[in-house]
Amino acid sequence: MSTPMKRIGIDVGGTNTDAALLDGSKVLAAVKTFTTADVTSGVRTALKELVAKAGPAAEGVTAVMIGTTHYTNAVVERRNLGRAAAIRVSLPASASLKPFCDWPADLAAQVVGGVHLVHGGHEYDGRELVPMDEAEVAAAARAIRAAGVNAVAISATFSPLTAACEERAAEIVRNEHPDCHVTLSSALGRIGLLERENVALMNASLIDLARETTQAFVDAVAASGLNARLYITQNDGTVALAEAAREYPVFSFASGPTNSMRGAALLAGIENAMVCDVGGTTADIGCLVNGFPREANNVVEVGGVRTLFRMPDLLSIAVGGGTIIGSDPITVGPRSVGYRLGQEALVFGGSTVTSTDIAVASGLIDLGDRSKVAHLDPAFVKAALAKIHETVAESVDRMKTDATEVPLLAVGGGAMLIPDRIPGISEVVHVEHSNVANAVGAAIAQISGETDRIYRDVERDEAIAMARAEAVESAARAGADPATIKVIDVEDLPLSYLPGKAIRTRVRVVGEAAALAPEAAE
Amino acid sequence: MSTLARRSPSQTHRALTADDMEALAIGAWILGTGGGGDPYHKLLNMRQLYAEGRSVELIDPMALPDDALVAVLSNMGAPLVGQERLADPDFAVKPLRMMEEHLGRKFDAVMALEIGGGNGVHPMMVAAMTGYPVVDADTMGRAYPEAQMTSVAVAGLRCYPLTMADIRDNEIIFPRAASWRWMERISRKACTEIGSVAATCKAPRTGAEVKQHGILYSVSKAIDLGRKVAQARRAHADPIEAVLEAGHGKLIFTGKITDVERRATEGFLRGKAKLEGLGPDAGSDMVVHFQNEFSVAFKGDVPVVMTPDLICLLDTVSGEGIGTDVIRFGQRVSVLALPAPEVFLSEAGLSAVGPKAFGFDIPFKSVFEGASA
Repeated sequence: MSTPMKRIGIDVGGTNTDAALLDGSKVLAAVKTFTTADVTSGVRTALKELVAKAGPAAEGVTAVMIGTTHYTNAVVERRNLGRAAAIRVSLPASASLKPFCDWPADLAAQVVGGVHLVHGGHEYDGRELVPMDEAEVAAAARAIRAAGVNAVAISATFSPLTAACEERAAEIVRNEHPDCHVTLSSALGRIGLLERENVALMNASLIDLARETTQAFVDAVAASGLNARLYITQNDGTVALAEAAREYPVFSFASGPTNSMRGAALLAGIENAMVCDVGGTTADIGCLVNGFPREANNVVEVGGVRTLFRMPDLLSIAVGGGTIIGSDPITVGPRSVGYRLGQEALVFGGSTVTSTDIAVASGLIDLGDRSKVAHLDPAFVKAALAKIHETVAESVDRMKTDATEVPLLAVGGGAMLIPDRIPGISEVVHVEHSNVANAVGAAIAQISGETDRIYRDVERDEAIAMARAEAVESAARAGADPATIKVIDVEDLPLSYLPGKAIRTRVRVVGEAAALAPEAAE
Repeated sequence: MSTLARRSPSQTHRALTADDMEALAIGAWILGTGGGGDPYHKLLNMRQLYAEGRSVELIDPMALPDDALVAVLSNMGAPLVGQERLADPDFAVKPLRMMEEHLGRKFDAVMALEIGGGNGVHPMMVAAMTGYPVVDADTMGRAYPEAQMTSVAVAGLRCYPLTMADIRDNEIIFPRAASWRWMERISRKACTEIGSVAATCKAPRTGAEVKQHGILYSVSKAIDLGRKVAQARRAHADPIEAVLEAGHGKLIFTGKITDVERRATEGFLRGKAKLEGLGPDAGSDMVVHFQNEFSVAFKGDVPVVMTPDLICLLDTVSGEGIGTDVIRFGQRVSVLALPAPEVFLSEAGLSAVGPKAFGFDIPFKSVFEGASA
């Protein structure tokens, strides 16, 4: 028998910071607090309240797993984004469709910190397209420095097959512009230059936010006095060590909704259902298949930008507890007061009409000071609520795959905004502890390991077996219990250009968090 | 009766709108049967070109004078490469100018080699850049991987000359070839050498040849197909149903991808995808083979649908076409068959594009047999 695992899951949303203490799959305690501007104090408060609430049960916690929607919210709401420059190594190919060419104009206006196309890149067969023009890369780096931009995404033709151009370009950039953070597209995405480049550009625009946010998590856990490893949850329901996760905020893009869906499945004991998670800023609608989110088949749009990497199939809409309601004509979002809900909503003494105020005025929930919404015109309240309901119902319908009625799990702090009856839904199930489902989902996240490399002169099966062994090792190093590790994804791409047989193999595995080293375990 | 030639210009010429381009991209991708490349990059280029004030005119093939000179255009190569080396209109125009110089004569119009995939949109880029009208026709009615797999090759028309341009300053002219197969072999070698992607201008056709041997009105058909899918999506109706209805197709299988094996060889993307049945097909499996495009689908040892019938794998939810280069584990797909152009059902047609042409020693049997109109 393995040691019973006590873990804390924390979800840092745009509005709320929630925490849950789990022993195996049992929720021992859960708390809900407001997210703070500095993030740290909110997480610290949540941890303190959780430990106080749990009492002696909080002894022996070995891992803290944090999930956050911070990065997606930044892109969706177009705020806290840094400027990012693009260096694409592809000329003379791909000249007409430049980096950012398929971004929404408002997002591009905030992020674009220069677009530089230089000569170089590779062919599908590993030959050089043309020799990389290092002087052009250096000139681009100097221009980026002169423009005061400190984050660069580098993409190159066929970099998933050979990252040589991107890596050399990164060296040149670091040499010319030492303060610059560099994201390589080859570290993030698959074949598909535009989409891979888009992911890298978004990562670059979020890097400052990711560093600040991760540091805030580290500080908060340190201040809590817990002797536990800190993990950050990823898009696929797994976790990575904080120091590895901080460089790749895009890998946490969908971790909030993924945690919420997995948490809801555990709490409701229903593994196949639609899920609607209403947070402070957005509502995420997805579909649970055997307790895991259905994975997106194709390109996934984030804030209107096409991306191609491992993501759950989700529809995000601008409906949340903090969504700003306009009058004359009645509008729902897309702006949200976010973490300032506790100050800005009418019921909390503020002056902005939010969907939470509409819910209180409609008697759906008792929150804050009800008298502060007494002055709202009942006709306006009714119409605003109808508009919210209509938006939610329509979006649930869009995510359904067939006409069969299925249950809908209502999750999140804003779950009261979900209508009781939705066409195509057999019943709306409000889940116990649902307002901390994200935190619960974070706590049950598994540790992943991945390997991605080229094997020569071996058969496909043999290459996959070797890659699998390496992935298992990397997961074990990250803290997974080797006995529980299983493969969740295998991808292979034969490389016809290399002499003999060559195959690029990528294997991803997951396992349960192992008990910490003896001094930390009970 | 040649009434079409007497139609007024307003009946025979149609200015295509930016919306038509969006619909064309959807329809062409479905007719691409997994190949021809995702039209997305070409659509992006068209959006940029329309935003710059350029536009494209579509003309009725029957309005072409017999002696009109029509450029047959395509982007040649492995679709996988197109995801990394992005379509560029300047580069697409090059082989057309090379051909004009080679022939010492200007073209009157351009048309697509194949309506399927990105190549259905490819001539639109050239038309927008040059001002030449696009003929409402192609030579495949779908997408196929090789040069001899066209209506004009089946009809035995001349296979040369061919011009090919590389993004580096390499220009290649094939003034003569012994046969369509030779043209395919030689041009494919050159294409592979320059990175398995090349802009080409195939053997030019006269107006008379297009009228007699082209697959007519395929551009309109693709635009119509795309528009119906978009309408179905907007109305939350079943887009698969919309494709089946608009394309007079048959639903063959519904399932989930469980394994994909692909290899890039000799300028092609070859391989197979395994499907596990869902819904009414639960409990049965299917294997779909491809060489750039889907060629034959088996249930166990039994071939159930094969080229030249169009085998389309569409995303079950969105109705979006799925390319052989992006097909992935876990995707939920519907396998549809659409009827082949008549010309490919002849003996000569089947010898060019039947299952044997793709390495399958099985007799052709259409899923539409007995139900043909």
